[in-house]
Amino acid sequence: MLLNRFVQAIPIMILATFLVFSLLQLVPGDVAITIAGENASEERIQEIRELYGLNQPFLVQYGNWLLNAIQGDFGDSLLSGEPVLETIFRVFPNTLFVVVYAVILSVVIGVPLGIMASSRPNSKLDGAIMGASSLGVAVPNFWLGMVLVSVFALTWNWFPATGFTSPSDGLSSAIWFATLPAIALCTNGIAEVARQLRSSLVEIHSSQYVRTLHAKGLSPVAILWKHGLKNVSVNLLTVISLLFNKALAATVVVETVFAIPGMGNTIVKAVLEGDFPVVQGAVLAMVVSVILVNLVTDLTYTILDPRIQQV
Amino acid sequence: MTTPTMEMAIREDSLFSKFGQWCQRDKRGAVSLLVLMIIIGIAIFAPWIAPHSPTEQDFSKMLMAPSAEHWLGTDDLGRDVLSRLIHGTSKSVYAAFLAVGVSLLIGVPIGLLAGFLGGWIDIGISRVIDTLLSFPAIVLAVAVTGAMGIGLTNSMISVGIVFSPHLARLIRARALVIREELYVDAARCFGASTIRLLVKHVTPNAIQPVIVQCTLLLALALLAEASLSFLGLGVQPPDPSWGQMLARAYMYMEITPEQMYAPGLMIMVTALTFNTLGESLRVALDPTMKGL
Repeated sequence: MLLNRFVQAIPIMILATFLVFSLLQLVPGDVAITIAGENASEERIQEIRELYGLNQPFLVQYGNWLLNAIQGDFGDSLLSGEPVLETIFRVFPNTLFVVVYAVILSVVIGVPLGIMASSRPNSKLDGAIMGASSLGVAVPNFWLGMVLVSVFALTWNWFPATGFTSPSDGLSSAIWFATLPAIALCTNGIAEVARQLRSSLVEIHSSQYVRTLHAKGLSPVAILWKHGLKNVSVNLLTVISLLFNKALAATVVVETVFAIPGMGNTIVKAVLEGDFPVVQGAVLAMVVSVILVNLVTDLTYTILDPRIQQV
Repeated sequence: MTTPTMEMAIREDSLFSKFGQWCQRDKRGAVSLLVLMIIIGIAIFAPWIAPHSPTEQDFSKMLMAPSAEHWLGTDDLGRDVLSRLIHGTSKSVYAAFLAVGVSLLIGVPIGLLAGFLGGWIDIGISRVIDTLLSFPAIVLAVAVTGAMGIGLTNSMISVGIVFSPHLARLIRARALVIREELYVDAARCFGASTIRLLVKHVTPNAIQPVIVQCTLLLALALLAEASLSFLGLGVQPPDPSWGQMLARAYMYMEITPEQMYAPGLMIMVTALTFNTLGESLRVALDPTMKGL
């Protein structure tokens, strides 16, 4: 099972590398000219072609790039000359820190809300929680970030407006700086967790075996903990792994608002400057992390729900 | 089995009275439809509604607080914020529809082919769909926009490309079921070509969940436009869009913090409208909910 799942992830990884590399093919005109600059001499452009292997057929270029990438060589930044892998190692932990923080917040806030909403379906409380989660899905998270900065940082001075401390330089300070970005990122997650949990719990509460448990005199709290949450844990896990993907995507804008030196910020800067190796490496790193999270999620399913193992 | 009288009663309902019944049954859906029509109305009639030109600069009135002449104040170039908000409606709504249109054009044919033809084609296409779905959406859209060139149309085509696997997966699943249906077999026996089968029989029966998904995607596309324009990859100056207005408001946040509220609220309300309408459509179109 374990091995099987790993083997399944490999073609997806390879396909992902191919798609990421193909991004370069979308660039209109000659990439060599784009890299060298509009006014570069013919010799310089030719030199760039040789250097990056752009004069070779596409598949050969891809093969070479993939071989290097497997060995951890994603090329160097066209602007700073820093190896792309070093950039990724430098900025990815910052992004992961904020994303994990946001996912934790989503679960910690979303789960009680979902339980509350499901305890009395169609009540006023349920309506209010579900209404709030509709807003949570619709709010643009970077705008929420701006509002948070304006209110909590610039007006009330509770939190720093922008900037970031790496978790390795001091955890408490890192949490301090990452709180507003994490709040901005987590509204969507809170809403998704609350909705999913509510609908699964309502379904379970109306099932035959829960009715039997009620009849046998088990308290609602015991039913929730021993039977309800245990049975929705798989659904919840699916939502959490999707949240990781979404929060990772949202960092692209939120990191810009809070000036966090993370992956999103790096990708946006690289895109605006035409720094293709950085774009390719950073996008690939994000995709690989999503694939890994999906893999871990699938493996955790089998622990939470032994029935899945047979599939 | 329905009785003949019931069938007749259903048939006699005109489209209009059906719509009236739906409005009564689903008030939330009716309200969101009304709000959406207002928003689209603003988008279409923007030049006539806006009190000022969205691009006219007045350097004597930069970053002004809301006043009788400029209800929402002026931005850093002295342009009327309300007028930019109204004109931004057209850009943002156009962007959302463009992105969803592109994802329909790409996603539907690919999903149909995969589901209907099956075999190796299906396996290949499904693998690509799975892979694309593990790309964080906005990240991919940013990268594709970067490669194709920045600008509203390019960025929304990118968003459309990024969304298309969602639609393809959905319609593939429907096509898989429908190709086994008797009426498809019957049409095939009458000598219908694969193209005819796809266009005349599979698509109309597979499209319902796609309509719902498209409405929900409109909300995501709107948020994506705002994000990309905020980053400077979407709408280019001097054109206004809600995301672009937020980018400017961000730069002058310490001087005029109130300027970020109107565009953000517009984005939120519009996204909320698309989502609510999508949920209502899901209920209205769901065959198992018919007659409720």
